[in-house]
Amino acid sequence: MQDFTVYVPNLAPKDEEFKPGHRACQGCGLALAVRLALKASGKDVVVATATGCLEIISTPLPYTAWGVPWIHVCFENTGATASGMEAALKVLRRKGRIPDRKVKVLAFAGDGGTVDIGLQALSGALERGHDLTYMCLDNEAYMNTGVQRSGSTPYGASTTTSPAGTRSIGQHTWKKNMPAIAAAHDIPYVATCNPSYPYDFMKKVERSFEMEGPAYLHAYSACPTGWHSATELSIHIGRMAVQTGVHPLYEITNGKLTLNEVPEKLQPLKEYMKLQPRFRHLTDDDIAPIEERVHREWESLKARAAADAGA
Amino acid sequence: MTTSNKSDGPAPGHTRMGMEVSHAAARAVQQCNVDVVAAYPITPQTHIVERLSELVANGEMNAEFVPVESEHSAMSVCVGSSATGARTFTCTSSQGLILMSEVVYITSAMRLPVVMILANRSLSGPLSIWADHSDVMSVRDCGWIQTFAENGQEVYDLTFHAYKVAENRDILHPIMLNLDGFHLTHVVEPIDICDQSIIDKYLPEYEPLFQLHPDKPVTMGAYGVPELFTEAKKNQDEALKAAYPHILEAWKEWGDLTGRYYKPVETYKAEGAKTLFLTMGSIGETASVAVDGMQERGEDVGLVKLRLWRPFPFDEVRKALAGADNVIVLDRALSFGGPGGPVSSEIRATLYGLDHAPTVYDYVVGLAGRDVKVDDFEKIANDVRSGKARKGQDEYVIYAARE
Repeated sequence: MQDFTVYVPNLAPKDEEFKPGHRACQGCGLALAVRLALKASGKDVVVATATGCLEIISTPLPYTAWGVPWIHVCFENTGATASGMEAALKVLRRKGRIPDRKVKVLAFAGDGGTVDIGLQALSGALERGHDLTYMCLDNEAYMNTGVQRSGSTPYGASTTTSPAGTRSIGQHTWKKNMPAIAAAHDIPYVATCNPSYPYDFMKKVERSFEMEGPAYLHAYSACPTGWHSATELSIHIGRMAVQTGVHPLYEITNGKLTLNEVPEKLQPLKEYMKLQPRFRHLTDDDIAPIEERVHREWESLKARAAADAGA
Repeated sequence: MTTSNKSDGPAPGHTRMGMEVSHAAARAVQQCNVDVVAAYPITPQTHIVERLSELVANGEMNAEFVPVESEHSAMSVCVGSSATGARTFTCTSSQGLILMSEVVYITSAMRLPVVMILANRSLSGPLSIWADHSDVMSVRDCGWIQTFAENGQEVYDLTFHAYKVAENRDILHPIMLNLDGFHLTHVVEPIDICDQSIIDKYLPEYEPLFQLHPDKPVTMGAYGVPELFTEAKKNQDEALKAAYPHILEAWKEWGDLTGRYYKPVETYKAEGAKTLFLTMGSIGETASVAVDGMQERGEDVGLVKLRLWRPFPFDEVRKALAGADNVIVLDRALSFGGPGGPVSSEIRATLYGLDHAPTVYDYVVGLAGRDVKVDDFEKIANDVRSGKARKGQDEYVIYAARE
């Protein structure tokens, strides 16, 4: 069979609405995630962004990297700001004050702005059923303020407020399962995505807009600055996150879970961790129970996917 | 407000109705054809938003009602909605205001013409649901235009004024309209309701200068580098001050249409009086009854009422107070360990350096809804004129507090 994959890049939109020249670090995963998300959304979109790296790298007054309408208000309210934009678009369209076509609403916030301080505003937006897509750019700590731990920091990671020490393994709690929290709102679409899988990523953004109602996307975003990893390894680390089972790619459509990438055999967790000095203090004995839990969760995801497929 | 004698009946184009003031406020918001309402319940603001949600539910108002999960989100929804070009409304009180205060400051910095009715209520603790001005004074410097209503008619009228002013392209500022919780929100008053034709003449459809829409992309809320931050703030300050003549013009236009004229500083039997009360909000009504009685008894007492709190009407305040010997400011908020209640501090600053400036006495009254009655005004005036109030020794007196 002919291999069509070589032609696939030609299918991606060439337009760049997240313009070059922004101030992201080399190897920044979230800059790539945003670029892909805007390729998938197209121009007919309005964007809300939380305070954080994304806002800082893209909008030092009077410059902007945004080719689409964009707003930043503050840190914890992105779900609410986007709700207001959606409500306004709906009523202005109904009243004939803007052109009669759908304009998409897209919100970006980091993991701190989503799973910690922004959780309430996000929950409200999901519960009220606004027609919008909310993407969490998860780089697993408060990177913009200097790599402090968040509720999304993985167990064992050393950060500036969960430092590894003689009496500490680093982060000593397990990462909050935010996609499951979003899915518990019974919204039409929840997915995990990862810019190391760009076509899967863009497809999920498109799907999120096709579904009417709120959609939640959880985007894995490598952060060389916060993880102390080599900048040229960001894409590789992202792939390893999926291949080790740390960040599985799945989507939950109207309650049914589908796995989008099923490795034949999960790679050893150590191969993922050793690329990131935030884990360098962990011994094999430390890693073993973490790996065990990763595998257990992966198996339970597979079981859920199989059950949903059969149902 | 200066108006023709109300007992004559409603002005042309009006219908007089007995109505809870909260419902009159909601009626005004409905007549403004507001597009988006976002609100979270808090006493004593609730009747306004309950009524609005009812109007939307019954199809009597073509708007999106967004029942948010907190006041922080209420103001955030308002920012998102207003930035997208919708005429936007919210209302809150007390704890709700301080929870949303982060976004309140951003709304004005982004020059979004959101209108908020604030049903004034004390701040915790201890917890209290009753009226005073500690909530609004906590965001005194938020950069919003701030007005105070004294009765139900004013609440109704000032709501139209708020949108008229906020959306004026020479202004573009959010406006906070204050009314005392319970004393106004929960009382039934006769309100002259305007025919819609008057409103349509007064308030044009909102045409945003910028809005979030793909047909003309804009970036809003970029962060301010130190090289530009000061200039951004200076612009904001100058724009707020420049709103002043437009605020007056919008009141004049309203008066010409309805017969009800408003001023930034209202005076009542104040001409030539040597002792003047200065009030904000609903106690101005009680004060005017007290002044009537005292003047009948030949006492030299008058009343000045501050309607416009921001931008502060310096010249009008000086004009109104300059001839008096004593100015008695009734503050409904405390500045703990400070130079007096917030209103008296500003009045003192305004009069500072004037030749023959009156002595300013500060009485903190009516905290958490405690009644301020006619005889309280009489007692305070007597204390001041008899020299019982210690001139120059007390920055402020917390009136009638039991030891």
